Amino acid sequence: MNIKILRSETNTHQSYTLPAGEIPLLSALVYIKETQDATLTFSAGCRASVCGTCAVRVNGREELACSYKVKPGDIIEPLQYHPVLRDLKVDKSKAQETLRRGTTWLQQFQESPLSHEDEKRTEKQTDCILCDSCYSACPVFAVNPDFLGPFALTRAYRYTEDKREGNAKTIIDNIQNNGVWDCTLCGECTAVCPKNIDPKMDITMLRSTSLQYGHSDPSFAAQSFGTPDFGGGFGFDPNAGF
Amino acid sequence: MIDVLIIGSGGAGLSAALAAKEAGASVLVVGKMYPTNSQTSMAQGGMNASLGNMGEDHISLHVQDTVKSAKGLCDEDMVRHMCADAPKTIAWLEKLGVPFSRINKEALQNDRDPNASLKTIAQRQLGGASAKRACYAQDYTGLKILHTLYDTCLKEGINFLDEHFLLNLIVPEDTVKGATFLDIRTGEVKQIDAKSVILATGGYAGIYHGFTTNMYGASGDGAAAVLRAGGAVSDMEFIQFHPTALKHSCILVSESARGEGGYLLNEAGDRFIDELKPRDEVARAIFSQIQAGQHVYLDVRHLGEEKLTELLPQEVELCKLHEHVDPAHELIPIKPVAHYSMGGIDVDYALEVNGIKGCFAAGECSNAKVHGANRLGGNSLLEITAFGRFAGENAYKHSIYASSKPADETQLQKDRREIASIFSKKSSISFYSYREKLGSLFYKKVGIIRENSRLQEALEEVISMQIAQKEMGITDKNKTNNQNLIEFLEFQNTLLLAPAIISAAIARDESRGAHYKVGFEEEDEDFKKHIVLQWKRDNQEGESTL
Ligand SMILES: Cc1cc2nc3c(=O)[nH]c(=O)nc-3n(C[C@H](O)[C@H](O)[C@H](O)COP(=O)(O)OP(=O)(O)OC[C@H]3O[C@@H](n4cnc5c(N)ncnc54)[C@H](O)[C@@H]3O)c2cc1C
Ligand code: SF4
Ligand code: SF4
Ligand code: FES
Repeated sequence: MNIKILRSETNTHQSYTLPAGEIPLLSALVYIKETQDATLTFSAGCRASVCGTCAVRVNGREELACSYKVKPGDIIEPLQYHPVLRDLKVDKSKAQETLRRGTTWLQQFQESPLSHEDEKRTEKQTDCILCDSCYSACPVFAVNPDFLGPFALTRAYRYTEDKREGNAKTIIDNIQNNGVWDCTLCGECTAVCPKNIDPKMDITMLRSTSLQYGHSDPSFAAQSFGTPDFGGGFGFDPNAGF
Repeated sequence: MIDVLIIGSGGAGLSAALAAKEAGASVLVVGKMYPTNSQTSMAQGGMNASLGNMGEDHISLHVQDTVKSAKGLCDEDMVRHMCADAPKTIAWLEKLGVPFSRINKEALQNDRDPNASLKTIAQRQLGGASAKRACYAQDYTGLKILHTLYDTCLKEGINFLDEHFLLNLIVPEDTVKGATFLDIRTGEVKQIDAKSVILATGGYAGIYHGFTTNMYGASGDGAAAVLRAGGAVSDMEFIQFHPTALKHSCILVSESARGEGGYLLNEAGDRFIDELKPRDEVARAIFSQIQAGQHVYLDVRHLGEEKLTELLPQEVELCKLHEHVDPAHELIPIKPVAHYSMGGIDVDYALEVNGIKGCFAAGECSNAKVHGANRLGGNSLLEITAFGRFAGENAYKHSIYASSKPADETQLQKDRREIASIFSKKSSISFYSYREKLGSLFYKKVGIIRENSRLQEALEEVISMQIAQKEMGITDKNKTNNQNLIEFLEFQNTLLLAPAIISAAIARDESRGAHYKVGFEEEDEDFKKHIVLQWKRDNQEGESTL
């Protein structure tokens, strides 16, 4: 079986031959590195879909290398919108910066005995492994690198929805600029998330909470209708209003 | 100069960082990956604290269970310290927003008690525990604790330096002054000066490469650095084998599967052990079945699809993905593999490293004598958060009086030369094949059931590997982002620790907890002690410096 991997040094897709059989992509990458080409560079940790290290693109779609089963002819590339450090290894340091900007943490603890139902309200969101797949899939980054992005917003949602949060307003205030309103609600993030998280829904919810806190859609005035047109590319400027 | 340098950004490192910062220290956390990539993310089952939310429980019972499982090898004062801190540590995590799983207690909704929040935390029973004591967050306990700690670190403005690989501690005259690192991205060797250092680099069960639940990179780098710097390690022979890892991928099926009522079956469909016994006993029972030619399975079918997706969503996914079985309807094929290193960097009551002043160690890399010969499930997440914080406080205290005169560049120059020589050396043997060999050698000969003759063979093989190591090197000569180099350095660290583990296992002519030796099947009072290893200063010259 043959697969192709984008090599950064030559900027070409290099072909590798693997033994036949169903194996996770990560095992295939390890096999190549150990036996054929030690210069092939990628990142990995847990092999169990939980550390978020190994996300790559397979045939144009984000996958965790440790949970994707390789098929003949697969084309493996690094995540998009991240500086490529080498081959499949990208710079993910921006994650920390967006989380800091979004102030995605518990602002102020208030005593509140949570129930099982309360736990369920943010269970999915707290499954996030920070794999960056959703960032790679989000088309807004192509035009606005300052966008807070799906996982930071999902994390913001997670804390605002926590009954123990005594100051949700601060988070809401901090995700207005390059935040909730810049999302095009295209749902790409939701489609690729390996943990079945739905950042698009979280962003929609954050928008309505934002309205409750007195914020408004800054691009609304610039548009003739509430819903932009996504038919052929972007129907609006994500930076509108700033 | 930084007050407290923390090396390792898993649960222990982040807890230490928060505590040191809270105490007033300037803090820098350095790790070879991003914090959230750490192995702590993998912990599923839970974290122990005697909250008594699901029936009666007391700190004294937690202490009792831990001491019993440790088989005489723990320090009871340390155990008491940890167990007494457990409810406080859960309260701390609760205040940071950890999304623990919950039970409904309607009466509490209007409770004014400052700890009312804690009372709805659900608890489950793990092996060796006399009560439902483990707090959990579905089966993503480690992930959710780690990420919440990380969020809090960002809140507190803690500085991180990611993708920096610890090479060596800088220890002139037995006092730590900082450490040297390889900046993985640029390939530069750097020195970071600090008044106190905390090692939180995780365990060394990754030496069982191919036969471990651990992540890539669980290579005991911190313990190896301590040995090279003249500090001590102890109880290295105590490696815990987890009874239930998926048979083909070695991915863990959490103990909570048994805690919730899962059975172990052999091919004949018979149960052969009480599933809730401590890990060492269950692992040995399974291993004996396998040695007798049986396949062994975990059966959770009777729990039903709904309960399984509620309690063990991660396991269900992983079984489907890696073993092609649906646990709701099929048996899960399993085997016991290396899971946790009870031994490690030898520390005193303040978690200060034996032999290196100002250097502290917390979490799986350290041997704080709380697990003894056998760790209880759920006690490691507790140790990393409770003792991580304790180490942070103590490192800060040390930094107040420590000299702020930086060390000279002796170690830095030495390490630069060493890295340069790895680049210039021609490699005629692939260390990757030796990494595999070392892993299976350990599983076969330094494994669940040990024997002196086979341990001796293992030691000889390891020594010949160390000789062959001179012919090994890297084939990727690129200076930047060289993962080949990192993996080589990790392999060297495991190879350095290997003889320490085997020699200690040979020396221990008895069976105790996770260490079980044929011909010496009983506990021996004479061995009710720790085996502490330290390199003699004058021996050190001849050894490799990395
Ligand atoms: C699959 C699995 C399930 C588990 N389940 C449970 C459970 O349910 N309950 C429980 O209590 N325990 C559990 N454990 C054990 C527990 O997860 C670990 O013992 C614990 O997380 C270790 O935390 P730590 O902070 O000490 O180390 P780690 O989380 O391993 O972090 C080590 C850190 O050090 C860094 N590092 C390592 N070497 C270097 C170097 N050379 N230079 C720079 N940085 C370095 C790493 O990048 C990482 O950030 C489980 C373990 C595994 C593997
Ligand atoms: S939301 Fe999903 S895709 Fe995005 S980082 Fe989290 S786990 Fe990955
Ligand atoms: S829904 Fe919003 S956040 Fe998600 S990919 Fe589309 S634009 Fe990005
Ligand atoms: S290696 Fe951890 S998510 Fe794939």
